[in-house]
Amino acid sequence: MINVKNLTKRYVNVNAVDNISFNVEENETVGLLGPNGAGKTTTMRILTCFMPATAGTATVAGFDVFTDSLNVRQQIGYLPENVPLYLDMRVNEYLMFRAKLKNIPRRERRKKIDYCLELTGISDVQNQITGTLSKGYKQRVGLADTLIHDPKILILDEPTIGLDPNQIMQIRQVIRGLGEKHTVLLSTHILPEVEMVCDRIMIIDKGKIVAMDTPANLMKQLKSSSNVILEIKGDGERIKSSLSGIDSVRSVTWNQKGDANEFHVEGSGEDDIREDIFKCIVKDNYILREMKRQPITLEEVFHQITTKETEEVSGNA
Amino acid sequence: MRNVSTIYQREIKSYFYSPIAYVVISVFLIASGFFFAGNLQFWQEASLKGSLDSIQFFLLLLTPVITMKLFADETKSGTIETLMTSPVTDFDVVFGKFLAALSLYVVMILPTWIFVLFLTIFGNPDFGPIYSSYIGLVLMGSLFVSVGLLISSFTRNQVVAAVIGIVSLIILWVIGFLSTYGDGWFYETLRYAGTFDHWESFTKGIVDTRDVIYYLSFTALLLFITVRNVESRKWR
Repeated sequence: MINVKNLTKRYVNVNAVDNISFNVEENETVGLLGPNGAGKTTTMRILTCFMPATAGTATVAGFDVFTDSLNVRQQIGYLPENVPLYLDMRVNEYLMFRAKLKNIPRRERRKKIDYCLELTGISDVQNQITGTLSKGYKQRVGLADTLIHDPKILILDEPTIGLDPNQIMQIRQVIRGLGEKHTVLLSTHILPEVEMVCDRIMIIDKGKIVAMDTPANLMKQLKSSSNVILEIKGDGERIKSSLSGIDSVRSVTWNQKGDANEFHVEGSGEDDIREDIFKCIVKDNYILREMKRQPITLEEVFHQITTKETEEVSGNA
Repeated sequence: MRNVSTIYQREIKSYFYSPIAYVVISVFLIASGFFFAGNLQFWQEASLKGSLDSIQFFLLLLTPVITMKLFADETKSGTIETLMTSPVTDFDVVFGKFLAALSLYVVMILPTWIFVLFLTIFGNPDFGPIYSSYIGLVLMGSLFVSVGLLISSFTRNQVVAAVIGIVSLIILWVIGFLSTYGDGWFYETLRYAGTFDHWESFTKGIVDTRDVIYYLSFTALLLFITVRNVESRKWR
């Protein structure tokens, strides 16, 4: 649905987007992930025909973004960062204006608006002036606007920024529901979000794509060391020395936590070290209160990928 | 054309949702009413002589206030991004906004017909110059609005748009006076470029095609530049 080839956007002397290529398939949800200033918004602005690329091509739903701009714009729903709305209009009125702009036939407008109000859960504020709404509601009005013409492709720039945790959950649920019938490209720097919502993740940094894969694969790719967190009652140093004695354990760190101690145990190989630890604890008769595996989060993946990149760069220099 | 009307309707509504329309119209009517009374007393004559020139001067000051928000506000609030990523052409947007501002301008000068009503009640005015003056006012309005619209598309600050708009219109107004300082093509061009000369013939009851063409072509040129400027985000 979205094909991007060697896309570059150069500002005065920086490449905001540097020769990137990627594809997004139909009904796929792809997360664009990256630190601030990585080029996420620029990429989206190019895809939505707000600004053209310096070099390279992009087609959206089969239309070229530069030569077939009006057709592209008819196919996409775009939610810009910070959700700009006309703050002097009522929600209903705003959506009616947008519906007209997006060429929805007169007879269908009311129906479509009601459907979108329902979907985003803002039916009860439909007669309120958008300027008086809270951030979360504004966000949903923006989302309703992007959906109103039932676009094949949704491009959402940080759709959950500035929302409270409940609202984030709700918006994510809406997006996940939409992902089943729409092609979604969303940007964010909140990692659990892409983990939950996206089929594929694209990590971009300084205008370049540094990784692109499913969330599960990305985590597998990176260090798969098996870290275990334990909570054991007793003499910390003694427990540490006996844990360190296990063959498959590489290192142990501990600190006092309440009336017990917390241990971080790092395994040396890829094998599960929990059984060995259990046996050790039973043998020495310690009181084990908790044992859990430390999950590798996307935070780590992201951190590793982006810092690895800079290390390589500085290494070359 | 449907998009033009959609944009037009939104802009008109937005004028009357904000206090701008009411403030500008009241200020204009109070000021021009005051000067109408003064001129009437001074000339002792059933015509809009004098009053029209003061009306024109207030329009020069107030039209940029009407147009200041058109693009500046959209750029500042970021709505330009949602607007320009909808399936509308840049021309639709520019022309819709132009028509909306021009309509507000017409709504603003319409109540001054009450002056004409007074003249007919207490005297016997010549309607020729009055009709032609109003044709002139509307044509001049389209020029003023397109100047303001262009300037609004250059800035994200409404106050800056208004101030520069007023200064530009004053320059456009006085530039013709410079022609009295000399002869030759240069001064002749200045005289033609200034609005005053063209306006003056309308107040005398003359609807000259040259003046009509001056206003319409100047307006078209400015609208064209505005469209290009709005487009320029694409190659800047």
